[in-house]
Amino acid sequence: MKPALLVLADGTHFEGEALGYEGESIGEVVFNTSMSGYQEILTDPSYSGQLVTMTSVHIGNYGVNPWDVESDGVRAGGLIVREASRRAANFRATATLQEYLFDSRTVAISGVDTRAVTRRIRNEGAVMGAIVHDATAADVDDIVARIKAAPDYGSLNFVERCSVKEARRVVLKETGDAIRPEVVEFVGTTTPWPERQSGPDVAVMDYGVKYSILRLLVERGLRVTVYPHNTTAEQLLGTSPDGIMLSNGPGDPARLDDEVNEIRKMLGQKPVFGICLGHQLLGRALGGETFKLKFGHRGPNQPVLDVDTTRVQITAQNHGYAVRFGADAEGIEITHTNLNDGTVEGLRATSHRAFSVQHHPEAGPGPRDALLMFDQFHDEIARSLR
Amino acid sequence: MTRVRGLPTFVRRNSDAITPLGAMPRRNDINSILIIGSGPIVIGQACEFDYSGSQAVRALRADGFRVLLVNSNPATIMTDPEIADATYIEPISVDYIREIIARERPDAILPTMGGQTALNTAKALHEAGVLDEFGVELLGASYDVIERAEDRGLFKQAMNEINVDMAVSAYATSVQEAMDCIDEIGFPAIIRPSFTLGGTGGNIAYNRQEYEEYIRWGLDASPTREILVEESLIGWKEFELEVMRDNADNVVIICSIENFDPMGVHTGDSITVAPIQTLTDVEYQNMRDEALAIVRKIGVETGGCNIQFSVDPATGRRIVIEINPRVSRSSALASKATGFPIAKMAALLAVGYRLNEIPNDITKKTPASFEPVIDYTIVKIPRYTFEKFPGTTTVLTTQMKSVGEVMAIGRSFPEALMKATRSLEIGRAGLVPLLPAPGEGDMPADEAGVRSYFRELLRIPGPDRLWYLADALGSGLSIEEVAEATMIDPWFVDQIARVTELETRISEWNRTGGHFGTDEGATLLRKAKRLGISDAELARLTERNPTEIRAARHAAGIRPVFKKVDTCAAEFEAVTPYLYSTYDAEAEVTLEPKEGRVIILGGGPNRIGQGIEFDYCAVHGVLALKEAGYETIMINCNPETVSTDYDVPGRLYFEPLTFEDVMEIIDLEQPEGVILQFGGQTPLKLALPLMRAGVKILGTPPDTIDRVEDRKRFGALIDKLGIKQPPGGTADTIEEARTVARRIGYPVLIRPSYVLGGRAMVIVHDETELNEFFGEARSAGEGGNVLIDRFLNDATEVDVDLIGDGTSFVIGGVMEHIEEAGVHSGDSACCLPPHSLSPAVVAEISKQTIAIGRELNIVGLMNVQFAVKDEEVYILEVNPRASRTIPFVSKTIGHPLARYAARVMLGETLADIGLTEQVIPAHFAVKEAVFPFTKFPGVDILLGPEMKSTGEVMGIDRSFERAFLKAQIAAYNPLPSEGSVFLSVRDRDKDALEPIARNLSEVGLSIVATSGTAAFLRDRGIEAKSINKVAEGRPHIVDALINGEICMVINTVGGQAAIQDSKPIRQATVKYCIPYFTTMAGAAAAASAMADRHRDPSISVRPMQDYHPT
Repeated sequence: MKPALLVLADGTHFEGEALGYEGESIGEVVFNTSMSGYQEILTDPSYSGQLVTMTSVHIGNYGVNPWDVESDGVRAGGLIVREASRRAANFRATATLQEYLFDSRTVAISGVDTRAVTRRIRNEGAVMGAIVHDATAADVDDIVARIKAAPDYGSLNFVERCSVKEARRVVLKETGDAIRPEVVEFVGTTTPWPERQSGPDVAVMDYGVKYSILRLLVERGLRVTVYPHNTTAEQLLGTSPDGIMLSNGPGDPARLDDEVNEIRKMLGQKPVFGICLGHQLLGRALGGETFKLKFGHRGPNQPVLDVDTTRVQITAQNHGYAVRFGADAEGIEITHTNLNDGTVEGLRATSHRAFSVQHHPEAGPGPRDALLMFDQFHDEIARSLR
Repeated sequence: MTRVRGLPTFVRRNSDAITPLGAMPRRNDINSILIIGSGPIVIGQACEFDYSGSQAVRALRADGFRVLLVNSNPATIMTDPEIADATYIEPISVDYIREIIARERPDAILPTMGGQTALNTAKALHEAGVLDEFGVELLGASYDVIERAEDRGLFKQAMNEINVDMAVSAYATSVQEAMDCIDEIGFPAIIRPSFTLGGTGGNIAYNRQEYEEYIRWGLDASPTREILVEESLIGWKEFELEVMRDNADNVVIICSIENFDPMGVHTGDSITVAPIQTLTDVEYQNMRDEALAIVRKIGVETGGCNIQFSVDPATGRRIVIEINPRVSRSSALASKATGFPIAKMAALLAVGYRLNEIPNDITKKTPASFEPVIDYTIVKIPRYTFEKFPGTTTVLTTQMKSVGEVMAIGRSFPEALMKATRSLEIGRAGLVPLLPAPGEGDMPADEAGVRSYFRELLRIPGPDRLWYLADALGSGLSIEEVAEATMIDPWFVDQIARVTELETRISEWNRTGGHFGTDEGATLLRKAKRLGISDAELARLTERNPTEIRAARHAAGIRPVFKKVDTCAAEFEAVTPYLYSTYDAEAEVTLEPKEGRVIILGGGPNRIGQGIEFDYCAVHGVLALKEAGYETIMINCNPETVSTDYDVPGRLYFEPLTFEDVMEIIDLEQPEGVILQFGGQTPLKLALPLMRAGVKILGTPPDTIDRVEDRKRFGALIDKLGIKQPPGGTADTIEEARTVARRIGYPVLIRPSYVLGGRAMVIVHDETELNEFFGEARSAGEGGNVLIDRFLNDATEVDVDLIGDGTSFVIGGVMEHIEEAGVHSGDSACCLPPHSLSPAVVAEISKQTIAIGRELNIVGLMNVQFAVKDEEVYILEVNPRASRTIPFVSKTIGHPLARYAARVMLGETLADIGLTEQVIPAHFAVKEAVFPFTKFPGVDILLGPEMKSTGEVMGIDRSFERAFLKAQIAAYNPLPSEGSVFLSVRDRDKDALEPIARNLSEVGLSIVATSGTAAFLRDRGIEAKSINKVAEGRPHIVDALINGEICMVINTVGGQAAIQDSKPIRQATVKYCIPYFTTMAGAAAAASAMADRHRDPSISVRPMQDYHPT
């Protein structure tokens, strides 16, 4: 097995073995504490430009399959693991993790002291870094130079890379898989809706939407259409949707002024539901500001307090930025807060029929404690149509 | 405790929009809470409930509740007088607990901390109307919840209502009913007759013809003519989730566990792994969703519960197997595996707190309402003691047979697995080969033969299957072949193959002249250490000495690093010093040299002969040193224990107790010294290697161990002191043994050196028996000769515990055994103070004990065993360490001897501590042993020098008789007050039988006896009915036992023939749970206790705090 290095911008480096596609990948190094769901994470568009460290030790154990995906391919910039399974042990598996990484040209590294990486990020904050195959300690200086020469994660617009280029309708197709009998499929905007999708129309602003969000909307009988991220409010409202979904997505919300401006114009017109990046953009449209967290929330176990019910939801999270509001913010309720660090996890602007959550109620991967959010959206739309 | 009320303050600061939470939910209407313990250690219920229970008591007391405790097991930390407000060491039975409730009037009972025993007792208290009578509420699990979870019918119905799948099954009481249900169940079908022991009559039918045959057989085998026909889950995978719920319906999963062994092996006997390794996220989340639905449906109000699932690896179909609405062995493991203290949290949730109001114990900054994530791998391996029960099968089934377990933490599964294998302390440094090479022994020589040999062998789950699996891989079987034969997930097999592949590579490299000084050697070493392979195993592979490997490893700079267990995979900083070693890049734990560090070694896995008593001592050692201001470091690998509660020591290393692992910690910690006295034989074995490595051993000097174990040196010692010893000698060969035995005369007692629990100890009556048993004794020892002593017939055995500070010595207690010498001291009941020994004998014993203590310079504890025959005192054995009886003695006399021992080891004197003379209690305490015979069908229950009990209870009261009675009730051997007693004793016991029989008649029991015994009794004017022996034709005594006509059995036997003849009687008594005595002394004590109860049937209970007011 060839050696490989994980090098951080400050010159810290970790030794490991080459995994996946041979080469070099530069990106923001983050960690995720999920103990399952590496395939969903790899394919989640929100990880664009990031090198994901899995804190869980054994990765790849159950292989990969065609159904547990959150987009049409691997989106993460790279993968950092302690142990990569050489074997896929699950009846659903169609390939090993290695094969998958190789086929998707994903550069990865195994054998790394991922706990050391995680502690470094926890203490010093998220940092740019590189996975480099066939490198030794002697190469570190050169690699650091290349990391510094590369554009910073926060300066890149990943949303335009992830978003659809034209409007597409979303339907479900059968898989024959016992565990995930249906997955999403995109069809043209003239393809007739299947019978089950007889419900109201939902326009999804695609900033890098996860398939799980789309699937859950369709499962509620909604007619779901995804639109490019740069669709204007005028264009979108021109399609007469009954509700608007602001999707998750990658990158710094502070640089998406155009998207925020369009959202501001949509407010009050139709019920709006935002998730993750969509929540941050809605927050900005409502007068809040976003800021970068030291190292983000990425994992399956973030406790969120539902302020209305005073109950705790265990949520899946994946975000490096958060929203905050000044003391003078009006017409906004904080509906959810993070019990670990007190950050805003959900908000509601009743007068605009808009609400959003920072976490991922669609899970994929992670717990589904907050699945009811999708029913709330459905109900909100139904109410507005009454 | 620090409480996070409502929201942490930092939440408020950042989010002004939040409305304050409602009123604080703590149950202020409750003041006092009774916690029920789990009683004696039995298979399936071990010290995990001491760990859980003591956590619960401490948490509730710290929160201001008055906490009452009942537990019959004295060897527990929870029954220490300072833990609860009132501690009752009384039988866990409805009658006694009723008395406690009447006296203490608690507001509530928390029944979820004491295993199945506590749940069943709570249920019985409700059914007996006691809870209603005194207005006592059940916390954590109500009567209805217990019913719904425990009653198979109700559980099934509840699961149906929420669409949770279960195995298809049906009960049938006739062939027709069985035939009617098979279409729904399908083939293969499992047939289980009801109420048969050990699965008698159970079968798997693959087709209709077999099915018809097996159901008839099953119906016949069942005493109730009932069979359960069940869908076969052969080869399905087994998973467990540990779930917590609070009264606001917040539910979290604390830990997910995957069984290495497939369905069919009891989860307590399975190797288990955390977290789950082979499920996709969707599958895991589906299971999690279902767990939440089940907890809500069953209505578990607050606290922890365990849910077991099974998954078909071919289709992903999942069924629920069972739910335990309480803390459990699994929850103890989950707590140690994650760092989340389930029992402590469950106790707080039971009194109304919510998960988000309690801080996470480890991060202190985040709330407990989260799901731990782990960045290491946990492996648990059960510990068996089949060698103690010859005649029983070692096949693992749904009936649990292991007596203990080890847990290991490694970054990867192979590393954790290798650490676990050497933690077991079964003389294996890792996955050593157990089977001969092809062509040797009964291993076929050809490849095809080897393959079919292994495929056959691997099908059967047994304690050694893990090793056979590695042997199979090493012999060239493919991962697929091994996975198919064992039905163990190929992922696990593949991970083990990583180890066997590397081991093969290393031994080949060695054969071709490889040496460790090279780069290649260092690379191989590094790879091996990362997979967890021990120095000792590498030494075996490369035909070197472990010290060479260690030196080569250190020369190459290959050392383990220590990382923290923190519940959160390093997302937050951990303040709790709970550590494990791994071979990885970053040393997370680095220590500055500092004075005042002491390491205490724990006892490793529970096994017969070395159990909770030693953990009790180790914990006391830790507490004493902490109080004295030392930085106290615990090393242990038993997840069930209090010593591995990270709240207890200053730093906890969850590590194997081998020289290699311990030494790496010592190198890091640089302690002032190491204490070995408290962990039983396990740490004592390390005494010499550690001393040679320059480590300071605190307390009694290690040479003392050799001085008492080495026969010649011991002989010299007692000669010097003028103490008598039964004549004896040592032998290395059978010829020598015969010579010694002839010289001293039969019967003789033979035993190996350096073993605990009487392993391979046996009384032999003639040369034939000597020939038979010598070999085993020779091989069971840890080197050294076999000891042969004249066995003293009908002597009384006495155990003495002593504490010394090197200059002054105080007797802790003199315990008179109830059973005569020849029964292992761990299996014998005993009484403190002695109830029948003469004052002169007690004085002589005390004098000799103190003389030995002085001669051996005891600093700490020492245990001496004596035999008394005809007023003459003989010494049998000296153990210069904490003994099994220390907790019992400490509780009886009101002085924590283990704690004092730790203090004297660090230089205090007994005068400083305030214990200068022996304490003679004004009351009597009786210790009684508890046996696992029901789990090992086919094993004879006669007691002998090899210890067989798993646990003990204590009865304490104002007289010997009353204390003995309580001990019997507590040991689940309740003495009857009506019915027929069966008596059958050997001739020389007949005289002693007369007073017993008279007592029994007096209390109103009728006597049934074999013809000889009956004739003798009638001759003495005692009425007795005759009954046939088994050989005398039917109806015979076994028929009467089965028919429930006998309420108690007294049976003593002489020679081997009589033992064989009467074995069916003893087996029936075990099978039908009939109280029995196999010694005259035990029977006499029982009869006098029964007579005493007949005169005064009142029962009294009294808290320990009353016996020993402070």
